[in-house]
Amino acid sequence: MSNRRVNTRPLLSPALFVLLLWMIVPLAMTLWFSFQRYNLLTPLTTGFAGLENYKSLLADPSLWTAMLNTILLVASVLTVTVVLGTLLAVLFDQEFYGRAVARLLIIAPFFVMPTVSALIWKNMLMHPVNGLLAFLMSSFGVESIDWFGAWPMASIVMIVSWQWLPFALLILLTAIQSLDQEQIEAARMDGARPIHMFFFIILPHLRRAISVVIMIETIFFLSVFAEIFVTTSGGPGLATTNLAFLIYIRSLLEYDVGSASAGGVIAIILANIVAIFLIRTVARTLEV
Amino acid sequence: MKRSFYKKMAITLIAWSAAIFMFFPILWMLLAGFKTEIDAITTPPLLLFEPTLENYEAVQQRANYIKSATNSILISGGATLLALAFSLPAAYAMAFFPTRRTRSTLLWMLSTKMLPPVGVLVPIYILFRDFGLIDTRIGLILVYSLINLPIVIWLLYTFFKEVPRDILEAGRMDGATSWQELFFLLMPLALPGVVSTALLSIILCWNEAFWSLNLTTADAAPLTAFIASFSAPEGLFWAKLSAASTMAIAPILIFGWLSQRQLVRGLTFGAVK
Repeated sequence: MSNRRVNTRPLLSPALFVLLLWMIVPLAMTLWFSFQRYNLLTPLTTGFAGLENYKSLLADPSLWTAMLNTILLVASVLTVTVVLGTLLAVLFDQEFYGRAVARLLIIAPFFVMPTVSALIWKNMLMHPVNGLLAFLMSSFGVESIDWFGAWPMASIVMIVSWQWLPFALLILLTAIQSLDQEQIEAARMDGARPIHMFFFIILPHLRRAISVVIMIETIFFLSVFAEIFVTTSGGPGLATTNLAFLIYIRSLLEYDVGSASAGGVIAIILANIVAIFLIRTVARTLEV
Repeated sequence: MKRSFYKKMAITLIAWSAAIFMFFPILWMLLAGFKTEIDAITTPPLLLFEPTLENYEAVQQRANYIKSATNSILISGGATLLALAFSLPAAYAMAFFPTRRTRSTLLWMLSTKMLPPVGVLVPIYILFRDFGLIDTRIGLILVYSLINLPIVIWLLYTFFKEVPRDILEAGRMDGATSWQELFFLLMPLALPGVVSTALLSIILCWNEAFWSLNLTTADAAPLTAFIASFSAPEGLFWAKLSAASTMAIAPILIFGWLSQRQLVRGLTFGAVK
């Protein structure tokens, strides 16, 4: 590499500048609003609110319901996608007939826009009378269920899992394929049974990929919104209201900017706890 | 020999069952789009039916479908071009002229992606209102290019890193300037990488459904928001919903299938290759 000096500043600074602006301005505004008395419906009441927004939000049972729902949603979808994703990745790593086509089919749900997948599931599959699941259940003699009435959160979990299982599979499959074949061969020569290979070779090898999947998915699942918006609108009651949806209700439906911003700060803090671990993991693999 | 054949058959059976199970909702939607509204809700469900194109015609005739499809194309395309315009020089600078700060710059860029959209919904909404950007395509283009900027820069950076340095070296000997080097030497070499980065950006913009639902109402609503309008039931609508959905996802499904590998790289910031 010749040591020609290049002034990289004009190349790099536009991108840095817009990103900095994009990060700092809304963040500062959210923080600022969260300490203000600011409701678009009562524009005359303004001024510094101190910790009032936080106090009333933390005292509000709907915040805790929303937090609980958020955690429930994130944890359930993570469990489903990571466990099934690992098993499917092992399966799709094997040689079989038509593997390339089967692989295209199984990752397809990830490319379906959230509003489409939510509405297709809600109407055509999970409709209590005309849905396909209702038909299948009744033909097995099981009484059909009103999914979004009786099991609202489980229904949302099903839809989001369907969308994200392909993501986990795709990443874990990529990671499995980088596994050293000689190591597998050697283990097989030594008489290792498949179940041992899975627990002592494949799983340890996948550890980092699994943690990356968990962290990235967590960040996305903390903000699940469209699926709830088009199916349950957070209901019945607050049964499917997560933190994202609560903030949406507070700000765009109730115009309580102060309270919504306090909720936003809480969401940012939650996401950052995960983000720190993710950035550390990425930093370890980053070669400059 | 025989045993391994049976094993392969068994794996084929299990894997294909899983694939068909996962793909089934999409297939079911595809079929329903060609049914009449009555056929679409019939119990027991129809696997064999007389296909019709009436839903596709009905959806095309809705004025807002054409508008939404146009919006989706313009917004995804515009946001991707804008993101590339900022990212190409930045990724080039970091990949070929790394400094002590490059590493932390890259990680900082990644950290901006971690900001949950709901955390900044209120200020963005208010800023949009004050600048008259609500329900405009420009507004969404700006937001989408910014949320995807870190991913686009990262991906381009990893692709540029793979370009053999000798060729650029030779160009430099011949006196190429940085800009000439970027456009006439690097771009042709890194073009496949740039194209797949653009594809990933288009996919992410096309399917984005938080900002599109919150910042648009009618004029700038892309397909995600158009489909959401079906959530208010309106008599028999499953076949029309299916036809509209099929048209909304088809192009992106194909793009997605074409860029699987880059997708893994882009979405894990190179942590899984």
